[in-house]
Amino acid sequence: MAELPTTAVEIAAAVRSGQVTAVEVLDAHLAAIDAREGEINAFNLVLADEARAAAAAVDARIAAGDDPGPLAGVPLALKDNLCTRGVPTTCSSRILEGWRPPYDATVVQRVAAAGAVAVGKTNLDEFAMGSSTENSAFGPTRNPRDTARVPGGSSGGSAAAVAAGFAPISLGSDTGGSIRQPAALCGVVGVKPTYGLVSRYGLVAFASSLDQIGPFSTTVADSALLLEAVAGHDPLDSTSIDQAAPSLLDVLDRGVEGLRIGLVTELMGEGIAPDVAARVRQAAAALEAAGATVGEVSVPATSYGLSAYYLIAPAEASSNLARYDGVRYGLRVDAPTTAEMNAATRTAGFGDEVKRRIMLGTYALSAGYYDAYYGKALKVRTLIMRDFEAAYEHFDLLLSPTSPTTAFRFGEKVDDPLSMYLNDICTIPTNLAGHPAMSVPFGAGADGMPVGVQLMAPALGEATMFRAAASLEAAAPSLEEAFA
Amino acid sequence: MSESLTRDDVAKVAHLARLELTDAELDTYTEQLGAVLDHAADVAALDLADVPPTAHPLPLVNVLRDDVIGPTVDREEVLSQAPAVEDRRFRVPAILGEEP
Repeated sequence: MAELPTTAVEIAAAVRSGQVTAVEVLDAHLAAIDAREGEINAFNLVLADEARAAAAAVDARIAAGDDPGPLAGVPLALKDNLCTRGVPTTCSSRILEGWRPPYDATVVQRVAAAGAVAVGKTNLDEFAMGSSTENSAFGPTRNPRDTARVPGGSSGGSAAAVAAGFAPISLGSDTGGSIRQPAALCGVVGVKPTYGLVSRYGLVAFASSLDQIGPFSTTVADSALLLEAVAGHDPLDSTSIDQAAPSLLDVLDRGVEGLRIGLVTELMGEGIAPDVAARVRQAAAALEAAGATVGEVSVPATSYGLSAYYLIAPAEASSNLARYDGVRYGLRVDAPTTAEMNAATRTAGFGDEVKRRIMLGTYALSAGYYDAYYGKALKVRTLIMRDFEAAYEHFDLLLSPTSPTTAFRFGEKVDDPLSMYLNDICTIPTNLAGHPAMSVPFGAGADGMPVGVQLMAPALGEATMFRAAASLEAAAPSLEEAFA
Repeated sequence: MSESLTRDDVAKVAHLARLELTDAELDTYTEQLGAVLDHAADVAALDLADVPPTAHPLPLVNVLRDDVIGPTVDREEVLSQAPAVEDRRFRVPAILGEEP
């Protein structure tokens, strides 16, 4: 058999031109899953039969002279908080175990309409709350680069699936860094689009003013391809921006000549591992060498991002997760009265971190504390947006680490919630502002594990962001290149 | 030990959130949630009287559509996922005679 293409761009081109079949491509990826999934645990559910039927349908369309679309025959993994009609969607929580949604998420429909082949539902921290997948009710996902280490989270399964070669692309969700941080820790590309660019219809809600769906891939071009396919207005999401998907693949070769890129000083100091900071400075130098102007910029209010986020996100979560009451779907633990049944169900169904966040949010919203906590956090959100706006008067893009460290080991942080939350200091500010940001692999840290650098852009600045990402990708040192 | 959060506070929010905690869990959560709230003291201490709040990143106004019936999810499919159903409705245990 001829060498099969590996990236989504190559696979779609080869399938559309009839050089390979979607079934051949799928079989190669199912073989990769068979070989290593037992060790990695990227999936809550592998959809081998459904994927074979979908791939055969793509091949039948090709044979009939149809074009199945820009993702023709491309295997794709879906985070298990994206609703798939009739297919279990668990959010890695006992409370939704066995639930089969009565509808598809908009992104699920869009990737299928573009010809992609869904190979499975990926593991996550329960309800996307966490930074390591250790909070999954179904056991953690392991980092394919070193299985003693976490893949990051909450979309750890989607990141690991791509890093392990189980699928060239996957979808995750990012509320405070849940796409970008695992992308960085697994050494792949991960994108959080502008809030409202991708429909959230059918994404099980965590924090509705922050959640956004986005792509993982091994190459910048593959993320561009997938984002183009899922972005664009959806009347089923009232927060969806009313405009067409951006053109991203077309701009990737435009370079960074003339772009002004700011290194955020607040995200380069305390708490950032020296080897990670060094890689980010090397990335800044690479962008400068490619023709960009690079300077340092202060975005002072980002220092308050973590505190504001861990009040706002739990507050929204406590409201969103009130729906899990044992009445309409999922788990029910029987008790004599409805109120007792509600409490028994929630107590048995939710894991520790979800309970922590629900209680934190309930507290921040409760009488007597609302103004001091939730109200203050919303005002800090205004300050962060103002400070970003000021920075973007002088810079087209901002640069920082994605995560303060490379992938840590299992158990290191899981019993100390605050130290786990500190993983998100670099990624949270853009969620609060609603801006796009992405993580691009840029060599290894001192321990040989991948480092991700984060590019941030103003709202709807994806095209510029992807140009710089392509330049970084071209300049990135290999993982094998020793840390200097 | 946090200055901002007591064991009684945690017991109260657990009840509000319909979660049952053991004594050991109460101790653990009081400490863990207290640490997060202590970290948030930097925000609570800011003087932001003149700053308007932002609840949402987009300047959204009401989104309206024409009042036309479109596709909806299938009732039987929805009910098939419920823990208990009777007469095509969700069935729950007694709700009368409970404390409010």
